[in-house]
Parts: sequence; structure tokens; C-alpha cells
Amino acid sequence: MTAILEMQHINHFFTARRSKLQVLFDVSLTVQPNQTLCLVGESGCGKTTSGKMLAGLLTPTGGKVLYEGHDVATLEGAERSAYRRAVQIVHQDPYASLNPVHTVYRTLSFPLFRHGLVHNAEEARVRVTELLQLVDLTPPGDLIDKFPHQLSGGQRQRVSIARALTVNPRVIVADEAVSMVDVSIRISLLNTLNELQKRLGLTYVFITHDLAVARYFAWEGQIAVMYLGRVIEQGSAPVITTAPQHPYTRALITALPEPDPEITRNKERFTLRSQDIPSLSRVPPGCAFHPRCPLFVPGICDMVRPELAPSEAGSVTACHVTARTAMHDEAVRARSVVS
Amino acid sequence: MATPVLTVNHLSVEYQSPRGQVKAVRDVSFELEAGQTMAFIGESGCGKTTLALSLVRLLPKAARIVSGTAMYQHGGKTMDVFKLNGGQLRNYRWSDCAMVFQSALNALNPVLKISSQVQDTARAHGEHDAHKVEQRALSLFEMVRLDPERVYNAYPHELSGGMRQRVLIAMGVLLHPQIVILDEPTTALDVLTQRTIIDVLKQLREEMGFAMIFISHDLSMAAELTHKLVTMYAGQIVEIGPVNPVFYSPMHPYTLGLLKAAPGLHSFREDLASIPGSPPDLIRLPPGCKFAPRCPFKTDLCITEEPPLVTHAPDHASACHYWEEPVVARKAFHDALALVKSELKSEKQP
Repeated sequence: MTAILEMQHINHFFTARRSKLQVLFDVSLTVQPNQTLCLVGESGCGKTTSGKMLAGLLTPTGGKVLYEGHDVATLEGAERSAYRRAVQIVHQDPYASLNPVHTVYRTLSFPLFRHGLVHNAEEARVRVTELLQLVDLTPPGDLIDKFPHQLSGGQRQRVSIARALTVNPRVIVADEAVSMVDVSIRISLLNTLNELQKRLGLTYVFITHDLAVARYFAWEGQIAVMYLGRVIEQGSAPVITTAPQHPYTRALITALPEPDPEITRNKERFTLRSQDIPSLSRVPPGCAFHPRCPLFVPGICDMVRPELAPSEAGSVTACHVTARTAMHDEAVRARSVVS
Repeated sequence: MATPVLTVNHLSVEYQSPRGQVKAVRDVSFELEAGQTMAFIGESGCGKTTLALSLVRLLPKAARIVSGTAMYQHGGKTMDVFKLNGGQLRNYRWSDCAMVFQSALNALNPVLKISSQVQDTARAHGEHDAHKVEQRALSLFEMVRLDPERVYNAYPHELSGGMRQRVLIAMGVLLHPQIVILDEPTTALDVLTQRTIIDVLKQLREEMGFAMIFISHDLSMAAELTHKLVTMYAGQIVEIGPVNPVFYSPMHPYTLGLLKAAPGLHSFREDLASIPGSPPDLIRLPPGCKFAPRCPFKTDLCITEEPPLVTHAPDHASACHYWEEPVVARKAFHDALALVKSELKSEKQP
């Protein structure tokens, strides 16, 4: 199966006041068609930058982004616009991402006219109604002529999703798409997105800081955990949430409070050596996580950068210590078999 | 029973709006015991922030406390927070009852160093010994796991969001308050930062023994931190009780709905659901139970008659005609969960 989108060895620098800041370090990600890839990590880990790059909103300073195997930097003319239409983005804040003086109809019909998908107002109205139904904004007749301020947060976010769907995309990059809406309606928004995936064969890149949401949304899909501009662990959602290998992923999972008093109060904790995330302008040498890592081994972790390698659990992990422990276990097992 | 440090009786707050009176808080009564932590949960617009602001008398001009009392009791003195005059109110705020606001970025003055903001606060409340205040601030910063010297001499922009939030918490408890009100203390923070703040709050509470009122829509955090849980809907308390009974046998369908809408790492996909519909218009409230239009258990009775808040179990009250329904539904869920877990276990050990 060819990947629909791929990031290959991306290094990215932001330039601010003549100083360069590297925000992505050798990031490679593969997005398979009709699947969900969740990018998880703390603020500043590079998840939004990666999302923007996949959507073509940022050009990487090093490495390539491939759309169906073609480098997007070399795409021109019709091919380029096909790519730009195929990958759409849904932003975090539905209060900021919709133009407050445009009605729902105007917001949704503009891209339809712009891309020649409809030819007159009548067709546009029919298509906009369809789109509203698709994102469960019913009855569409009541909402089509409303302004954003007349809608609730959840309804606005549904309009943003409908706007992304106007140009019949194949991939949707959803950047913290549910973090601003009320808890009581988050699940139904996620369900709508999942339903759309089934119905339209969409592929999602879902960016979130909430592992519980990632688990629920991806379900059997992939989760990639990022830390300080690097992917440090990637695997299927059940593996990442039940058998995390990298100490950072373990810290994230154990730190998460759960909506059940008994479980959350008796959860095993994985205490970090330092509370504060280092600055991207001074990324620690070796493994970037070593100053906070409870499994830190001097002489290795602070000298050599660990590469992503397959783990026993079925994920890929970049950690010297867990890899070595696994190797050690295997050696013990091999020896016991021999004897 | 411990003595309550704060007793709120029949509190109602309204906002003046062009369309009419917005009834943001309606007839709310509760007791906060010394050293106890209480969480108020509900959707945005349910009145929880208005309630918190009224307890420190920081409501905007358009709001008015229509009725009710809030009796504060500490060290032999008893006073009604709503009847305090300017000077008394200044004494009450921060030294008796401190509030930690949601947005740590906006709550600190960006052009003043943390040190001068700490000193200003102390001076405004009658503490003029700068050296003593500094020592106290430094030890508090240590307690909230900050690098004391560095943070004390920093400007807010030099600190991360999580650090600023911890500075605010440390400043909140600077004058040994009896009550600390926290409005969404961890929203918009990363998981690990959130964990630090939860741990810091637990530790401070243990060492200083203050009572906490905690406003949130995050059930997970409430599950971890609180003794008592209050669910608010359309400005009213619809359920109040100790944390475990409310989580395991909720007596109000709205609480049940919130529980089902909160995904955990181990929740099953089929068990999660959103609450359909949206909250009522707080200007023209419908008669009967305000939650009825969104409720799976509603009958004609609910539409005509508003259920009162009735105690059904020790300390556990709910305002629902059919309070047993959510209890049964949740019990069925937990039984099914236990069954699945035991099956998983027996599969693992053949």
C-alpha cells in the first residue's frame, strides 16, 4: 500500500531575529490511506509544525514531504492544486477560524465557487445543505444563514469541518480540533469525524495533547508521540496506551488523571527527575529526554542519540535503556532454553 | 462533624442583559468544611464561575446578588461575605479567601517582576516586613517545585505557562487563607504540567490545611482531588455528594451524562456518549426540570414539575424525580466492566 502522505527526514528551522531555531529533527512519518494517525506531545514538541507541513502550509528547510510518492515541492500546476485540495486543515479555535461577518452559507460556498465545484447560487445552496447534513448540523435550513456568533462552540467547529469538506479532500489534518469545545459534546464531535471517515474514506492526521482523546479517536489507528522535535515512539493506539515502552510515553500515560476516583488515586506513578521541559534553543545532547528521565544511564543517554527501533510490544521506540533491557531479557530467555 | 468554614444559603445571582435578567445562579446552598475540597462541575454557562466570583465579590457590574448569604466562620469570627464593606472586604480577600484565576498569563502583570507583585500583595494586606515576605515566598516557590531565586527575580514572560500557574498558586496561599478558590487551574496545560499542579495542590493542602473550591469541567481532576462533588446545571445544584458515591452511583441523569462523556485510557468505546441538545436559555427558563429536554429518563411529570434537591443517601442529594434510574444505569455499567476485566484476566492466565 502506498502512503498517501509521507514526511521523510524532515529537519525544520524557524528563523527569528537572525538566530536559527531547529524545531523538527529528522522526523519521518507515514500516513496510510483511510487510517488515522494521532500526533501526541506537549506544547512545543513540533506536532503542529508537522501538521502544517503535511498540509503544505510550511515548506521544510530540510527533507521531503511526499503526496502519493511525489515530492510536493516539485508539484506544479494542476498536480499542485490537486494536492492542495486533497489535504485540508481544521484549526483548533472555532471562534478565531471562522470569519465573524460571513454567514455559514458564505463561508461554505466560497470555496465551492473558487474551485468551480458549483456554478450558480442554487447549486451552491444545495451543496451547502448537503455538507451541513454531513456534519450533523440539522436542520440545515435553520443554520445556513446564521453568523458564527449565533452558533455554539460545537456548532462552529462542525462548520469548520464542513468547510474542510467543501473541496472533497482525502486527508484532514485536525489540529486540537476538539480541545476548545465543551467536554459534554466532545465525544459526539469525534464520532461525527469517525463516521465521516467511514462514509467518505477520509484519512486523518489528528493532533492532540490528550492521550485519552487520541486513544478514543484513533482506536485501532496509529499514535506517534513527539518530544522536543522528534518522534520518540510510534505504534498502534492500543499498544501505545497499554504497553508504552519509552519512558516519556510511560510518564504521559501514568500522569493522566482518569475519570474514576479509585483508578486515578491508586494509579502507579512514574516520577520524572525534572518538572520542566528544556528549551528548544538548548536541546540536551544525546537523548533529549535524559535530564528528566528516571531510567537515565550516564555515559550513554547523555552522549549518544537513540534511534527508533522495533520494540517487543510492536511499537518503534527511541530509547537506549528499554532496548537494552529487552535485549537482556531475551538473552536470559535464550540461555534458559539452552540449559 | 467538622465545622463549616463557609456556609452559602439560597444564593441567587442575575446578570442584566438587553433581553432581560440572566439567571446565572439560582438558589444555591452548600457547606464547605475546613480543610475539605469541593469541586463544582458542569458545562460552560452552568453558573460555576459566577458562583465562585460571587464568593470573593468580584462579579462584574452587570451582575447582582439577588438573595442569599455566605457566612464565613474562622477563629471565632462569623461574617456574611455579601455584607462586608470596602475595608472588611479587602481584609477578607486573599487573607481569608484567595482566588487563583484560570488564565495565568492575564493574572500576572507583564511589566513587573514576580518579586514586586508578591511584595505589593503582601503590603496591600498589611504585611510590611519585606524580608519576611520574601522568605515566605521563596519557601512557597520551593514547595510548588519552582527554582525559588530564579522565579522570584523573573518577569512573567520568562516563565512557562505551568510555572506561571504555580506562581499564582503560591501567591494565592501567601497570606495563609482558609479558603482557596481555583477556577479551571489546569485547562490549557500539558499533561505532565497538569500532574505537577495536582501534586502541588495535594501537598499544599496537606501542609497548610486550607479548604479548596475547585471549578472545573474536567471530571478526571475532580476524581483525583476532591472530597465532595457538586454538579451544576442551568445555575442550580442538581447533585451534591461525596466523590465516590457520585462517581459510582450518580443520582442525577446530568451527572451520568458527564461521566459518560469523559474518556479515560481504559474506557470502552461503546460506553462513551455525548449529552444531546444544549443547555436552556437562562433568561426564559422553561418550567419543570431544566434538564428534561436532554434527559433519557424524562416523563410528563418532569416537564411540569421542577424536582427539589432531596437527600437520598448520607450527604448525597439530587434534584431528580427518577434519581434511581441513573444509579441503576451506572451499576449495570460497572458490573459489565468488572465482568470484562475478570474475563481478560482469565484469558491471560490459562
